[in-house]
Amino acid sequence: MGIEMERGRGGEGGEERIPGFELEGRDEDGMDRGILTLSVGPQHPGSGHFRLIVKVDGDIIVEALPDPGYVHRGEEKMCEYRNYIQNIPHLERPMIADSCGILYPYVLAVEEICNIPVPERAKYIRVIMAEINRCIFELYWLGIYGIFLGHSTMFMWPMADRELLIDLAEMASGARVTHAYFVPGGVRNDLPDAFPEKARRHLLYFRNRLKEYKDIFYDNPLFQARTVGVGILRKEDAINLGATGPVLRASGVEHDIRKVEPYDVYDELDFDVITMKEGDSFARAYVPWLEMYESVDIALQALEKMPSGPVRTKLGPNPKGAVGEVFKRVEAARGELAYYLVSDGNPKPYRVKLSVPSFREIPVMAHLLRGAKLADMPSIYWSMNYWPVEADR
Amino acid sequence: MGQQGQGQGQASTDQLIVEKGIVDKVSARFGEKVKVAYVKPRRIRFNVSKDHIIEFARFVRDELGFDHPISVAGVDYPKNKMIDVVYHIGSCTNNDYRSLVLSFAVQLNRDDPVMPTLTPVYRGVEYHERETFEMLGVIFDGHPRLERLLLPEDWADIPPLRKDFHIKGREE
Repeated sequence: MGIEMERGRGGEGGEERIPGFELEGRDEDGMDRGILTLSVGPQHPGSGHFRLIVKVDGDIIVEALPDPGYVHRGEEKMCEYRNYIQNIPHLERPMIADSCGILYPYVLAVEEICNIPVPERAKYIRVIMAEINRCIFELYWLGIYGIFLGHSTMFMWPMADRELLIDLAEMASGARVTHAYFVPGGVRNDLPDAFPEKARRHLLYFRNRLKEYKDIFYDNPLFQARTVGVGILRKEDAINLGATGPVLRASGVEHDIRKVEPYDVYDELDFDVITMKEGDSFARAYVPWLEMYESVDIALQALEKMPSGPVRTKLGPNPKGAVGEVFKRVEAARGELAYYLVSDGNPKPYRVKLSVPSFREIPVMAHLLRGAKLADMPSIYWSMNYWPVEADR
Repeated sequence: MGQQGQGQGQASTDQLIVEKGIVDKVSARFGEKVKVAYVKPRRIRFNVSKDHIIEFARFVRDELGFDHPISVAGVDYPKNKMIDVVYHIGSCTNNDYRSLVLSFAVQLNRDDPVMPTLTPVYRGVEYHERETFEMLGVIFDGHPRLERLLLPEDWADIPPLRKDFHIKGREE
């Protein structure tokens, strides 16, 4: 077999047929001739700890099989061993760059199942922090998106501007990234007196700064050449595949949980849902940029309207949930993030299920990569806003 | 429940009309085959037997506009010898139902948890179902690729989200 294989492959008359190879285009193992299987990852080849098994015919991808699971930590099982408060710090680990976003629905779910009231001021603080955190996350993602398409300025600028917003988060919560700031019944501590003024200053600076990203990044012909018309996701596919967040809105679906099912005080604030109809990699990068303007507006409005008062409802040492189940969802930076929480009346949850945006983008990614060029893979992959640690949980 | 409770209370009186409308449409079509587990503001849950699940899913997708798969969760109830597989579906196209999440559950025998896959109806549930397969041992008949997803390739224990699996050192 080995010798025959060599004869078949090498030599001048490489077309020579050997027994068992009669079937056109297939060898005896049923493998497609000319189809090459590549394993991309999981050792962080610019993808995070995630593997893509890609089958290529020439430079066209005929099939992409996502293989997540390299950073699975069993968050859902861990939840069943800890009480509602102890679950807070580990639940934000899957997505430390957007820790407010991933904790938000959990806190809302616990408040509903344990019947905990929330002071009005805390709701505003949460919205402010969630929007600041949304910008922090989008900048982080756009920076990495930029560098993987060979645009190193787009890595440096967002990373630098991000620091200003991280300063705000640190001022409020004491931590730069993993804030653990939201707790059932409000937020962990009140904002410092100097916060609103500083936040206003930084947010206004940041809003001006955003304009420059258009010149350097979105108007850049090289970036456009690699993203415009690449990986087009049709509206119907986006919905049926369960795409969410900017990916869904870039395909023309006006769906934002902050609007369709407002939580906390989002219904009192004025903002627009950004959509684009193109559905390509460029639109998926452009929608978050426009959304950052909205985020800044939301945060500024909330700073204006925020009442004074307490920020946290005092809880007993070990709050118990009522028997039943709740399903809470919020619009995190990457899209709809939902918790399904089942309680059997104990201080520990009976079952916690995280439905995270990254996990939901896996079938979308597989769908878009099929038929794409291999060279377009990074641009499609990064436009998905896929984060392996969040997807694996 | 304070201010939040009042807000939800107000919403619920307006909202429950919409939710009851959905329940009526479902019972008009399926009658006794589908049971209503609860109707809460913006949340409805039905319990559906596995024989009718495909028909039911097609009905809520095509007739009611619940077209956006959000989550599939398995819950193990060893006391009742049962595993719940709960689908959560939202709506992107029907403006009246956009704020709602419809959930429907299939209650399976814990010793033989087999049900048909819903991938022909919602392509987005493919990976959620795979996860439920490996985490709870539920077999989805007709699934295109029912393989290991998140666990290590050499995992040789019972499905870890079953209640009789314990984290090492945390046995009770």
